[in-house]
Amino acid sequence: MLTDLLIALIVLTNFTLVATSRISKAIQVAVIQGVLLGLLPLAMGLGRHLHIVLMVAAAITVKGWLIPFLFRRAMTKVRITREVDPYIGYTASLVLCALGTGLALLLASNLPLAPGSAFKLFVPASLSTLLTGFILLITRRKALTQVVGYLVLENGIYLFGLMLVEEMPMLVETGILLDLFVGIFVMGIVINHITVAFDSMDTSHLAELKD
Amino acid sequence: MAWFLILFPLLAAVLAFFVRSVRFRVRLLPVVGLVHLAAVGFALRAWRTLPANAWVGLDALGGWTLLVIAVLFCVCAWYAPGYLALRPERDNRTFVTSFLCFLGLASLLTQARHPGLVWVAMETTTLATAPLIYFNHNRRSLEATWKYLIIGSVGIALALLGTLFVAYAAHMGGLQEPLSFSRLTAGAALLSPPWLRAGFVLTLVGYGTKMGLAPLHTWKPDAYGESPGVIGALLAGGVTSCAFLALLRIYAIVAAAGELQFARELMVGMGLLSMLWAAVFMVRQLDIRRLLAYSSVEHMGILAFGIGIGGRAARFALFHLAANALVKGVLFMSAGNINRSYASKRLPYVTGAIRRCPVSGWLFFLGFLAITGTPPFAPFISEFNIAATALTRPYLWTGVAFLVLLGGIFVAMSDTVVQVVFGTPPPDRARTPYRDTLATTAPLLVALALSATLGLWLPQSLAGMIQSAATQVEGQK
Repeated sequence: MLTDLLIALIVLTNFTLVATSRISKAIQVAVIQGVLLGLLPLAMGLGRHLHIVLMVAAAITVKGWLIPFLFRRAMTKVRITREVDPYIGYTASLVLCALGTGLALLLASNLPLAPGSAFKLFVPASLSTLLTGFILLITRRKALTQVVGYLVLENGIYLFGLMLVEEMPMLVETGILLDLFVGIFVMGIVINHITVAFDSMDTSHLAELKD
Repeated sequence: MAWFLILFPLLAAVLAFFVRSVRFRVRLLPVVGLVHLAAVGFALRAWRTLPANAWVGLDALGGWTLLVIAVLFCVCAWYAPGYLALRPERDNRTFVTSFLCFLGLASLLTQARHPGLVWVAMETTTLATAPLIYFNHNRRSLEATWKYLIIGSVGIALALLGTLFVAYAAHMGGLQEPLSFSRLTAGAALLSPPWLRAGFVLTLVGYGTKMGLAPLHTWKPDAYGESPGVIGALLAGGVTSCAFLALLRIYAIVAAAGELQFARELMVGMGLLSMLWAAVFMVRQLDIRRLLAYSSVEHMGILAFGIGIGGRAARFALFHLAANALVKGVLFMSAGNINRSYASKRLPYVTGAIRRCPVSGWLFFLGFLAITGTPPFAPFISEFNIAATALTRPYLWTGVAFLVLLGGIFVAMSDTVVQVVFGTPPPDRARTPYRDTLATTAPLLVALALSATLGLWLPQSLAGMIQSAATQVEGQK
């Protein structure tokens, strides 16, 4: 029951993400989403396994503390705090997000679950989060918002991975988290260079290379 | 031994990052390259005896790929000091560190026996090579780096989802973790088909993005075009080979599960589309490095096509991995030399290279002949045999399309290459101080000679390894 509630909240954060224009708010919501995801294994009643508790701690540290730290550091260096003039407006993005969630439900109904599985909502919620990440990546101009999109995309995949959390080897889980962190760290450095070179982090400046 | 191959380059990378001496750092590259290559040669003797439940270790498929990467790395590592000496204004700390990190991660990827570990290594390779693309520190390279990072990371995230789908297919089939490739292949019949198919499509999209299969290649011309030639060589021969291997690992599971027909059709389709796309963009391409990037898209298409045709063609696709890596090394680095000599990489400024820098000019021209399938070079053997096998298959038109595209690409590419190599040098274009030296040409000569040797003679032990790798890809054993 608690699991379903958390998943419903995660899907709600998706809608908040595509509707917000303030970059700092989008970051906050993505971080909340990450922490909710991190807590999910406990709600699933897996708190008795030591390795899962460790994974929960690691996931919350990375998504709730380290990644927001990277974002804040990137935000202090840029003056623009709003996503001005996205390629697709906020209302249209909301509609797209709703359509995406519908599509996710449709896709998930075509994939069979293990008999007796308690994870009925996991697949559609995961695909819906994934599509939300895509919407942010494609329709926003600011480099930082695109990184938020990437984070949301990874959140969606993480949600799917939770169906296998009992079995997944720790080495692999740690590697995935570490890669997410290093990835956002490297993107932060590149954004910093973009801001210095173009005096803006609008990715529409990055359109010089073409055939 | 397996861990030595991974940790030795990574420790060298740490050393390169912290050491202050610029000269020491530069000399580290060729030494590490040679020691690593020797260690690969030593480790390869044991590929038949890999324990089924090991986390890392060399099998035929991974071993062959690692051998190709190690040889290419050696060529690049011997070329790099000469190149870095021409660019004293750029700090080489990031360059050397990223280079060595790549080698360690490629060793991890090729030896990893768990799909999750392969994914982690592939993603880390992307992150480790991104700083290389920004080597020139200008706006154009910044744009290329951003595209490489974002498109690569998103692609690879989809590959992670695909990998998880395959793991869920195994979960439904009752297979226990850790899911080594040996266990997945052995129990493939138990995997849930819908999840496995969806997982394969996602990994094809994900790793296909890293390989640069059309239409997922959009980062490629920018990344290869804006980074130095030696980095283009490492990306086009090394990183793409890693991604190809990661895809083949999943392909082998799908094949073992009896879904070979489905996977084959997708591979042939993606392969032909990549070749077609590359051919269209090569026509009147004025930028020689973007031309080479599209050639890389084409050759990724040939690899996918060969695997998709299967049988003998799959064996020659694996052989083509080596042919492509060696010749791409020659092409990218000689194009880099020409670029240095003219301070431009575009027609009409770069013409008559054969008179300005004769050795690089010839190397570039011979590299072009080799990559388009002229005997006696190695790509001829693989392209010819893949085409011959395709023509014996029921879908004759795929073989015909393959040959027509190869011909079209030869014509499109030769148009630009002939002008670059044989045209008259522009009289008003100032000459840069660059001259061909031993340091910037000898490694390329070695690579070209190796590719010619492979075209004429393949050692028995390597042929056996490729044969075994091909049966592995097709899901037998």
